[in-house]
Amino acid sequence: MTDPLPSPEKAIIVLGCPEVPVQQALALYIASGLRDREDDVLVTGNPSVLGLLKVSDPKSVYITKTLVLETCIGEIVEKKRDCTLCIVFAHNDAAIAYAATLRHLLPESRFIVVVFGKDPEPLAAEINFPCETITEKAVHNPAQLKAKINKVLGWAVSRV
Amino acid sequence: MGCIESLKYEKILPLGASFKECREYVEKNYPEVWYVEPGYKLFDEYIIGLPPIALGIEEGTKITFPYTKPCHGTYLLRIEGQEEVEHVRKTAKTKKPAGKIR
Repeated sequence: MTDPLPSPEKAIIVLGCPEVPVQQALALYIASGLRDREDDVLVTGNPSVLGLLKVSDPKSVYITKTLVLETCIGEIVEKKRDCTLCIVFAHNDAAIAYAATLRHLLPESRFIVVVFGKDPEPLAAEINFPCETITEKAVHNPAQLKAKINKVLGWAVSRV
Repeated sequence: MGCIESLKYEKILPLGASFKECREYVEKNYPEVWYVEPGYKLFDEYIIGLPPIALGIEEGTKITFPYTKPCHGTYLLRIEGQEEVEHVRKTAKTKKPAGKIR
């Protein structure tokens, strides 16, 4: 699916456990693309993954807003926070559960689940809620997944 | 926000349990079952999962529910809490009709 994003978006990027390297690289990539469009971008995840991103982006060029996942969910539940675009990275069962929860809490948002890792197909099959999915076997090499993300977000293929 | 680890709990199903397994276990083994939506607050934590989420109550004071850790997965745990039981009875969305435990 190719569906260019309207602008501006209020986006939340949700990250899972940081044990699969492509996740952090692609989170920075997507955040960069959204920032170029002057979208409002929040990245949420556990303290470990947020710490990795802050080390990779020490001057907050790509990621300016971060929030611990449990706090973010709490704010969404309490209607203190919402978004028009939610992108969830998922490489394990727990992340699918978080995606299901956020989908339930954000019924009006455009909702994209990026399913990756060594064996993403069975995980993708667990998704039984309305969303767009991007599924690709990816652990260390983000190239194919990046290409699929470009396509879904309507970004130019030539984008570096 | 609280932390489940600070509470005394029993693991009913180990880490790696699926939400379907958790729901089926609760429906099969508990005389009183309530259903809540993701984001429901219990023991000062927001419950994560695929809806509907089944909570089991036994002996009037113990609640069994699925709990998800981002890096580890889901397990089913049981915690004693009279106030939380009353909270569930007042605020949960639906209750499984009374009947025999399957």
